[in-house]
Amino acid sequence: MIDDAEDRADAFFHALADRTRRDILRRVLAGEHSVSALARHYPMSFAAVQKHVAVLERAGLVSKRRQGREQLASGEVGAVRSVTALLAELEEIWRGRIDRIDDLLADGTTETTDTTPKKEH
Amino acid sequence: MPVTDVTKDLESRTITVTSEFAAPVDRVWQIWEDPRQLERWWGPPTHPATFTDHDLTPGARVKYYMTGPDGEVYPGYWDITEVAKPSRLAYDDGFADADGEPQESAPVGSSTVDLLATDSGTQMVMTATYPTAEDLQKVLDMGMEEGITQAVNQVDALLAA
Repeated sequence: MIDDAEDRADAFFHALADRTRRDILRRVLAGEHSVSALARHYPMSFAAVQKHVAVLERAGLVSKRRQGREQLASGEVGAVRSVTALLAELEEIWRGRIDRIDDLLADGTTETTDTTPKKEH
Repeated sequence: MPVTDVTKDLESRTITVTSEFAAPVDRVWQIWEDPRQLERWWGPPTHPATFTDHDLTPGARVKYYMTGPDGEVYPGYWDITEVAKPSRLAYDDGFADADGEPQESAPVGSSTVDLLATDSGTQMVMTATYPTAEDLQKVLDMGMEEGITQAVNQVDALLAA
């Protein structure tokens, strides 16, 4: 799975290639923060900060949970084998599988005894 | 993107992946039921899967192996626990030895697959649960690259600097 591993490495380094994201990560590594509390530290919109948190989350560096209306973010680094990182890897595996299923379903040559009427495009 | 939702539960080490396909439920069922079709998507291109025993009947054992780029073989099995064609499949999965028999200390995860007809095709909800973080790690090590660990270690070093 070299490509997937490389993709994930890209995600890690992309996530850390931004000053604001590194700062967010330092804060959430110290303890859980709500996204709105984080947003107050930066001269940018809540939505922009939320996007930064999402990039960190996709890279497996931050995990988020919901409490009422608040989204709480915490840091995940140092936990190479943390459950979060493991589930993130499993997610990548399933995303790959589902892309392949989608390709397979789109490839009409594999349809054998399908009698379902074809949908017009 | 056919994946419409991913939820992860850290406490129970569970992942749920929801996807939508533009094909009827019967057609999507085939990609699980036909081992030749299953082989086209189960393993990544670098680690294709070969299913040697395949019978979707409760109590049956499905056997397969994945082959890595160096020819290394990773055998695994599913014990089928529930089948409701064409809408539900459940199985426990584990690792096998070279003969395809379950390893004694093998971890066993549990997965369910539900297929639901929608206006545009089929919604597939896949849930996988692993009893411990170690079991989950073993699943990921099965035919997976180590590169990611190196990447994280580098990130660790970067943050510690």
